[in-house]
Amino acid sequence: MGVEGIGARVTRKEDKRFLTGKGRYTDDMTAPGMRYAYFVRSPHAHAKIRSIDVSAAKAMSGVIDVLDGRQLLADGIGNLICGWMIHSKDGSPMKMGAWRPLAADTVRYVGDAIAIVVADTLGEARDAAEAVVIDYDVLPAVTEAVDALKAGAPQIHPESSDNLIFDWQIGEPDATDQAIAAAAHVTEIEIHNNRLSPNPMEPRATLGIYDGAEDHYTCYTTSQNPHVARLVMSAFYNVAPENKLRVIAPDVGGGFGSKIYIYPEEIVCLWASKKTGVPVKWTSDRTEAFLTDAHGRDHVSKVKMAFDADHRITALKVDTIANLGAYMSLFSSAVPTYLYATLLSGQYAIPAIHANVRTVYTNTVPVDAYRGAGRPEATYLLERTMETAARELGISPAELRRKNFIRTFPYQTPVIMNYDAGDYEASLNAAMQAADWAGFEARKATSEANGKKRGIGMSCYIEACGIAPSAAVGSLGAGVGLWESAEVRVNAVGTIEVLTGSHSHGQGHETTFAQLVAGRLGVPIDSINIVHGDTDKVQMGMGTYGSRSGAVGMSAVVKALDKVEAKAKKIAAHLMEADEQDIVIENGELKVAGTDKALPWFQVALASYTAHNLPAGMEPGLKETAFYDPANFTFPAGCYIAEVEIDPDTGETDIIQFVAADDFGNIINPMIVEGQVHGGIAQGIGQALLESVHYDANGQLLTASFMDYAMPRADDLPSFNLSHQNTPCPSNPLGIKGCGEAGAIGSPPALMNAITDAIGNNGLTMPATPMKVWQALHAAH
Amino acid sequence: MYATSYHRASSVEDAVKTKATHDEGKYLSGGMTLIATMKQRLAAPSDLIDLRHIPALRGIKVEGRKVTIGAATPHADVAASRELKAVCPALCQLAGHIGDPHVRHMGTIGGSIANNDPAADYPAGLLGLGATIVTDRRSLVADEFFIGLFETALEEGEMVTAVTFDAPEKAGYAKFNNPASRFAMTGVFVAKTAGGVRVAVTGAGSDGVFRQAGMEQALAGNWSADAIANVAVDASKLMSDLHANAEYRANLVKVMAKRAVVSAC
Repeated sequence: MGVEGIGARVTRKEDKRFLTGKGRYTDDMTAPGMRYAYFVRSPHAHAKIRSIDVSAAKAMSGVIDVLDGRQLLADGIGNLICGWMIHSKDGSPMKMGAWRPLAADTVRYVGDAIAIVVADTLGEARDAAEAVVIDYDVLPAVTEAVDALKAGAPQIHPESSDNLIFDWQIGEPDATDQAIAAAAHVTEIEIHNNRLSPNPMEPRATLGIYDGAEDHYTCYTTSQNPHVARLVMSAFYNVAPENKLRVIAPDVGGGFGSKIYIYPEEIVCLWASKKTGVPVKWTSDRTEAFLTDAHGRDHVSKVKMAFDADHRITALKVDTIANLGAYMSLFSSAVPTYLYATLLSGQYAIPAIHANVRTVYTNTVPVDAYRGAGRPEATYLLERTMETAARELGISPAELRRKNFIRTFPYQTPVIMNYDAGDYEASLNAAMQAADWAGFEARKATSEANGKKRGIGMSCYIEACGIAPSAAVGSLGAGVGLWESAEVRVNAVGTIEVLTGSHSHGQGHETTFAQLVAGRLGVPIDSINIVHGDTDKVQMGMGTYGSRSGAVGMSAVVKALDKVEAKAKKIAAHLMEADEQDIVIENGELKVAGTDKALPWFQVALASYTAHNLPAGMEPGLKETAFYDPANFTFPAGCYIAEVEIDPDTGETDIIQFVAADDFGNIINPMIVEGQVHGGIAQGIGQALLESVHYDANGQLLTASFMDYAMPRADDLPSFNLSHQNTPCPSNPLGIKGCGEAGAIGSPPALMNAITDAIGNNGLTMPATPMKVWQALHAAH
Repeated sequence: MYATSYHRASSVEDAVKTKATHDEGKYLSGGMTLIATMKQRLAAPSDLIDLRHIPALRGIKVEGRKVTIGAATPHADVAASRELKAVCPALCQLAGHIGDPHVRHMGTIGGSIANNDPAADYPAGLLGLGATIVTDRRSLVADEFFIGLFETALEEGEMVTAVTFDAPEKAGYAKFNNPASRFAMTGVFVAKTAGGVRVAVTGAGSDGVFRQAGMEQALAGNWSADAIANVAVDASKLMSDLHANAEYRANLVKVMAKRAVVSAC
């Protein structure tokens, strides 16, 4: 372990540049001759484009060119695609409507891009964008998925007559229905999962540079997975072959999923750079971000949970309608299916599960993965249902959960997942103890004496991280493999570069990945550099999402390190005339075990490059590459408890305490893990109490700025009480499960269970704003 | 933001003269609303006449019970004024909870009331105190000054130079923040003044800041939170939006009024 190895609270190496304003983000990038882009966007949620007149705009001061979708089509630039094929239960493939990077004939949401203006300054580009004249034939719009499925709803894509994208199912419908029919008790509930805007601190941006001499493109972009961006832009959008396209995702200020996808702007700026002959930069403003960044969640579900007379769950039946917005974003189909319904067993042994999911087009921003992606929806549904069931059955929510916990591993659920390890009761016990659950009634009495309503609620979540074995996801429809790559490059003086296909946009890889290497070799952490985010530097990789950088990305580093160490040992054994088996690596030295013979790490590295005296037949150099394909998903789990006090006069919720007891497997850097959990819980509290995207009936976005979209702030949050009950993950060499999403997954149901406990009204939906809580209190009495 | 020309006024006279020669010009004080609106291209003044560097417009003067606050005085100065706190702590508290520290160091009392945002705090404070608004050409009582949503009695080119009021016997302010913007979703200022009890409500009225006559009468007879428990608040004249409908705002008016009375000093 050591002071800089695995398990140490190493302060983040990258923070010096971030905290001193020296980060280098896409918008900081410039290129000789660079100009600025502004996009003309649809002000209508649904309309036919009768005509586009750019003549006045083109004649304006500073304007280089104004390009629209007709030219893009003529140049053969392809449609944006969804990369995960889902088939309906009748066997038909999902109905993917055409998504043009610049809409040429129909616009389907407010913000749909229509044309790009390239000008000397951003102000001139924006002035000219206002002078583009578009004649629209405005069509009726629909924004709610439930409404879009109704007969007579506006049809959004010709590919789907009824706005249905797919009607998919998982599990055993007959066994589930039979168990429900035979149940001693059935809890029924309707669950709404509110629509959220991701709002990373750094808005999206891109800089497209076309080099005519080399016929080569460079794309700087705010991406969580630059190699995937290059692959998709080459293979599907026909922007350029991979060898003629370099994608660089430099410092990226937060993603939360929204920067996984390839958006129209990257494609259009690259194309526009070739058309205009100048590098083209676009940076989203905040309202554009609300209008065009992929949103998250937006599910409506009907749930039935069946119990036997002993309060054991016998079946779960779920019917979900998921809003995917106007177009199918890159992984949108996977989120409400394989990332959601496969987690519906939760931490519980449920013999029969059946889930039906219908995904629907609406005239809203595309919906895709957002921190947790499907797993928060599953957890919220299950944990609200468990709480409701406990109240109906008249037993404590903890006892109901305890009774139904899975206790032996591996455990095969009825919905694909095979849980490899866990100890759910350990987290439940730790959380209840930390929250002083037993003392709640006394605290409640004190609150009541003060005219306040106090409630307590828990949530026992499980999620699937690491995504995932490539063969498994391939069999489920994924268009890509989900392995990760690493290269460990030892320099001649012993310093080390680690090139990883993972991408850090806040996670702290420059520290944690270096900790892994420092711990293994016993070299100083400052002698290790992490390189990522550039397709010209780093071998093909799959990027960062789904808490996969530790479990998958670092496992690839382990594999590469294994090879580096093996070669270094061979060299050391040769130089010290010892048996290779006797060489150990400790504290920056290669030692012959049981002797005082040792060579410093740098000397072995140097020997590998001078190649003056290597074992016979050995290639010079000390650099190894590895690809790691995980054997399974990982399954972080835990128990969260929220305790709230509600002011009945205003409906305001005060979070008195928030306890998180998590099992993340082995932990690389506890400080960074705590930061991830804090941030995740903050986002979960945001979803539960504050955040919600609202469209009006015409499809205008009402929450298009922070004036109306309520983000959590420091004074909305309590101090978090964290603990870990770690069972190492048996499926990867480091025993890591992942921690990036847990906070956002576990916290919303804990809060909503606490609030409904306090006010005695179970009908409340997220976000539980003061007005809604006040109304619910009045409805309850 | 569209192109605009910037002028730094050296005196009130200079500012008024510059404004008179630029029809599409606007006075700029803290710019907390105007600059943001211009950045969104929702306002396009040809000229900005900056008032923040006119020494005569800045400062707080307390003479006995008479308070004068220069129009270009930032909220942070009002919040921190010991002299003001000694005679009217409620206004210090109000100023100290406007926006965030950045806003409080840029935004000014004159800019706030000239803009008369229906969710701004100062209109409630000044209407509640029965203050007088002094301009470059006249004096107006608050009841005449605040007309409606973003609307005041200011004429074209007229400029607020100061506000004055007699410190009340006691006063209090309570507000409930909009969860997103942190503007007042409802704010109530109560004051026991020489001219009687005044209750002014911001953030709630569909026509901007207003006085609540029923509560004023109830409190005149009995200065206590209980006194207003049974006062009816007419929801039909209150705003409805994403965050609060009129019925909820009507509730907040009462709850905030009670809290303002309890906190009054």
